Amino acid sequence: MSSQGRIEPVGVAAPRIQPAPGPRRSTMAALRRHPAIARLMVLAALFLLWELAARWWIDPDFLSPPSQVLASLGELFETQGVPAALQITLWELAVAFAISVVIGLAVGLTVGLSRFSNRSFMPIILLLYGTPQITILPLFILYFGIGSASKIAFGVSHGVFPIIVTIVAGVQNIKPILMTAAHSMGASRWQIFRWVIFPHMIPSFFAGMRLGMTGVLLGVLLAELYVSTAGIGYFTTLFTQNFDPTKLLGLVSVLAAMAIALNETVRRAEVYFGRWRTD
Amino acid sequence: MSARRDRRDRRLSRGVQIGFLLGLIALWYFGTAVWGINQILLPNPINVWHELEDVIRSGEFLPDLQVTLTEVAVAFVLSCTSGVTLGYLISRSHYSIRVFEPLLAGAYSVPIILFLPLYVLFFGLGPWSKIALGTTISFFPIALNTIAGFGYVDRIFITAARSMGASDFQMFRYVLLPAALPVILTGLRIGFTVALLSILGSETIASLAGLGHRIVHLAEAMETPRMFAYIAFAVVIAALLNTVVTSLEQRARRR
Repeated sequence: MSSQGRIEPVGVAAPRIQPAPGPRRSTMAALRRHPAIARLMVLAALFLLWELAARWWIDPDFLSPPSQVLASLGELFETQGVPAALQITLWELAVAFAISVVIGLAVGLTVGLSRFSNRSFMPIILLLYGTPQITILPLFILYFGIGSASKIAFGVSHGVFPIIVTIVAGVQNIKPILMTAAHSMGASRWQIFRWVIFPHMIPSFFAGMRLGMTGVLLGVLLAELYVSTAGIGYFTTLFTQNFDPTKLLGLVSVLAAMAIALNETVRRAEVYFGRWRTD
Repeated sequence: MSARRDRRDRRLSRGVQIGFLLGLIALWYFGTAVWGINQILLPNPINVWHELEDVIRSGEFLPDLQVTLTEVAVAFVLSCTSGVTLGYLISRSHYSIRVFEPLLAGAYSVPIILFLPLYVLFFGLGPWSKIALGTTISFFPIALNTIAGFGYVDRIFITAARSMGASDFQMFRYVLLPAALPVILTGLRIGFTVALLSILGSETIASLAGLGHRIVHLAEAMETPRMFAYIAFAVVIAALLNTVVTSLEQRARRR
């Protein structure tokens, strides 16, 4: 009530009294501003939960704490045959991916660039893409043996279709006006390909590579796990039967890290090469 | 003129498609019957057809089909309830979306098939390891799409409903749900498909029963014609289920 009659100085804001930022309040504010920190904390909490659960509640025959898994990674790599199996898997992934990209690009361009072949063959490709290839995994082993060839072939069978479909979509999505303009300015077929189609294909090419990588990873890992007499599948079966969760978790983590690294590489490439297009 | 050419082109590409498929089958037939490819590697299509007839007539497929379908059903129910619930809770605030969505999307980019050996260790070779894998794989698209559905409802709808005095329930029933439903349904469809595929796959890798198990069993016994028959059967079942789910999605969307 006392302030009622007071004359406030015009134009000068009354000094706001700010509450001294207590430590609790400032951390909360920091968390609010940076969800990434909160995300890391959630991850840390999950790992802590895993650690505690494995230490006190769950039978050590089935689950071991992450600290122990991490500590015994060295031991895992010293296990006879494990580094070789991991190396072979990485090699299979690389080869399967390269083959998928080459075949996918060739088929995608052939099918996408002509209206007639697009109309004729796209339904067949979509039909093949839609069938569950996992049911024919035993056939791949029958034809290609239990070595790398079957795993590469199965990886290609998973990786090639998303690449074809994305490339066809990318070629088809070029605005007709660009083609018409190039035509009317007298561009040759090669010039149209080099200066119109090619630059427009790059984003979809890398999007297709990303999807293809996901498919290749799935295919190769499925085949690796299926063959239980050699490679990764042998060791997962072995560790499972020996109730050795430490090594099993270690092996799975290394494979997961490999998958994440490969996926991330392709995703970065997609962002990098797609950046010129703003629309 | 152009319409007629268009129609002719269409008929021609139909012809190419049919010719392609017929050519494949003819190649298969001649390869096995005339050029003498080993019957264990590639059985004669006529043999396969007879085996398929036998499999269906004798009803031998029923126990395996039942196991696979039960696993898929349980996994799908589990991932639906957990995925939609968690997705809804996360979508309640922008902050929690920003915290949790990248976590889920990151986990989804790991090939989840890698969990299978762990699940076999935890749950054994029986159906539960397959259910666990199917649930894990289908959880992510369902949760992510639920977040996308509820989390990105146009602000203007919410403000309008609030200013007209909508209660929480009314808000959910008449604003949030109709806006989010199409996206969630897509998530459910994708979740169902990946659950089916991963369960077939994990049955192939390590199991005691199911369609995938049967195919592997026949492959190891070198009974290739029957294996081909079962593969054809499994592919048809998968295609049928996917068609049913897609049409259910379309119908629910139209409401």
